[in-house]
Amino acid sequence: MALRVSLFLALGVLFTLSVMIGPAGLSLADTIRALFLGQGDAATLVMREIRLPRAILAVLVGASLGLSGAAMQGYLRNPLAEPGLIGVSGSAALGAVIVLQTGLAAAWWLALPMAALAGALAAVLLILLLAGPRGSSLTLILAGIAISALAGAMTTLVLNLSPNPFAASEVVFWMMGSLSDRSFDHVWIALPFMVIGWSLLLSLGRPLDVLTLGEDAAATMGVETRRVRMLLVLGIASCVGAATAVAGAIGFVGLVVPHILRPFVGARPSSLLWASALGGAVMVLAADLAVRLILPERDLKLGVLMAIIGAPFFLHLIYKTRGELR
Amino acid sequence: MVSMNLCTDQLAMLLADEGQLISVSHIAFDPLASPMVEEAGKYPANYGQAEEVFAMRPDMVLAGVYSDPYTIGLLRRLGVDVVQFPLERDFDAIRANILKMGEVLGRESAARRMVAQFDADLAAFEADVAEQPTALLHYANNYTSGDKSLAHEILRAAGLVNATTEAGITVAGAVPLERLVLLMPDLVISGQAYPGASRAEEVLDHPALRRLRERQAGAALTDAEWVCGTPFVLRAVARLVDIRKRM
Repeated sequence: MALRVSLFLALGVLFTLSVMIGPAGLSLADTIRALFLGQGDAATLVMREIRLPRAILAVLVGASLGLSGAAMQGYLRNPLAEPGLIGVSGSAALGAVIVLQTGLAAAWWLALPMAALAGALAAVLLILLLAGPRGSSLTLILAGIAISALAGAMTTLVLNLSPNPFAASEVVFWMMGSLSDRSFDHVWIALPFMVIGWSLLLSLGRPLDVLTLGEDAAATMGVETRRVRMLLVLGIASCVGAATAVAGAIGFVGLVVPHILRPFVGARPSSLLWASALGGAVMVLAADLAVRLILPERDLKLGVLMAIIGAPFFLHLIYKTRGELR
Repeated sequence: MVSMNLCTDQLAMLLADEGQLISVSHIAFDPLASPMVEEAGKYPANYGQAEEVFAMRPDMVLAGVYSDPYTIGLLRRLGVDVVQFPLERDFDAIRANILKMGEVLGRESAARRMVAQFDADLAAFEADVAEQPTALLHYANNYTSGDKSLAHEILRAAGLVNATTEAGITVAGAVPLERLVLLMPDLVISGQAYPGASRAEEVLDHPALRRLRERQAGAALTDAEWVCGTPFVLRAVARLVDIRKRM
């Protein structure tokens, strides 16, 4: 309970800061007036059309990635499982890039999130197929490397073949992720899919708790493992697909957040799901704020910051599980 | 004579005598960058590669100062005379480049006539504007043009004020969208989007800018006529004057 309160508190503080701080250099009073009372003047446009959607997207994307990481780790009972590292985000980015470059995304607004979802879905299915229900670390990581590499290469290829002179340089965005200049257009594209994904994943709390006792024990307690697996796959694909479609592939959120929060919730997957959703939102908001404070004019990529924080965690986890890997 | 730069392509096509010009750059065929696509169809295209240009056996190659220095160096070593034209950042530079092209082609009188026509056309726009509306030049990746640019001069000629330089943002380059919106320009002039899609260009249609445009008399795009310093810039000026009068 105390954890949830402090996470909500952190979320509130960071969200407020995120809306207050920006290159336009508005005063505190101006930002509040523009946000709540404004009528079409410049400050209102800045607050309502630029800063607010960016902060909201940070929360949505963070919550989706944190939740997906926690659910995946809970199901595979493997702390190394994370959508970004095993190529799910990368595959979602590939789906998004394909519909953007073929013009489908411009013709039909649902094409972008659905293609990203399809990419994510294909990757999750492939991973689960290869790693099996127990999710051995070695196959998980090897399969993840292969899928990540392939998705990254194909994304680069599609962008290089684009007739658009800016496209090729945007490989970085799709692989590292960024929230700069996102708008409510992107919030509306992502939100429906994220809500579906959240409700699917959050419904898995009890089955995941029971699954910690093992597949057979869970079956005797009335958990339909096939159904759990299906909901998990769809939930992760929805969350990661929607997040990647609008913000690019942001890695490590789903790895670091559950890892930090696990000791506080007593290793119960069900409470970790909620906590990781909140924690993911806090983490991405903080990272996006840091990106703007460190290099305000340069659109530093979120994934860069996340990797700097996340990679040491990942290495530490590999070190801890290396006995199993051998 | 072979031209391997979009801007020299146009001046050469405008001034060259029959048979003088034997090839223009492939960019002259791109309707997004070249206002003379139809005219360019009369000439074979070149891709600005030394070997290809040399094989055309030109007496002289026309290039820009920013054309690939290796290609130009190689052509010169092969004994080809390469004339480089500076970038036109204002209308004086346009006049100078027209005269220079006339000289290179041996068509001085045609060049002088073109400059005279340019000046006469330009003078026709320069009516006194009591209140100059501000215009924001906004390109992909939130780039904007400062005061040492052709786009800035086009705005001025059309009786508009460049919103960014007016606000003291003189460096051309990327400016955060927030700061651009705060300028509340009377007109947003957007860069043109290329085919395919890119995140860089997505920002051209950001809702914050859409709100700004809703209050405007007309949408304006920077197109092929904005790219090079040729008499075509006057068409861009004329369109802006039109929009300004409706404001």
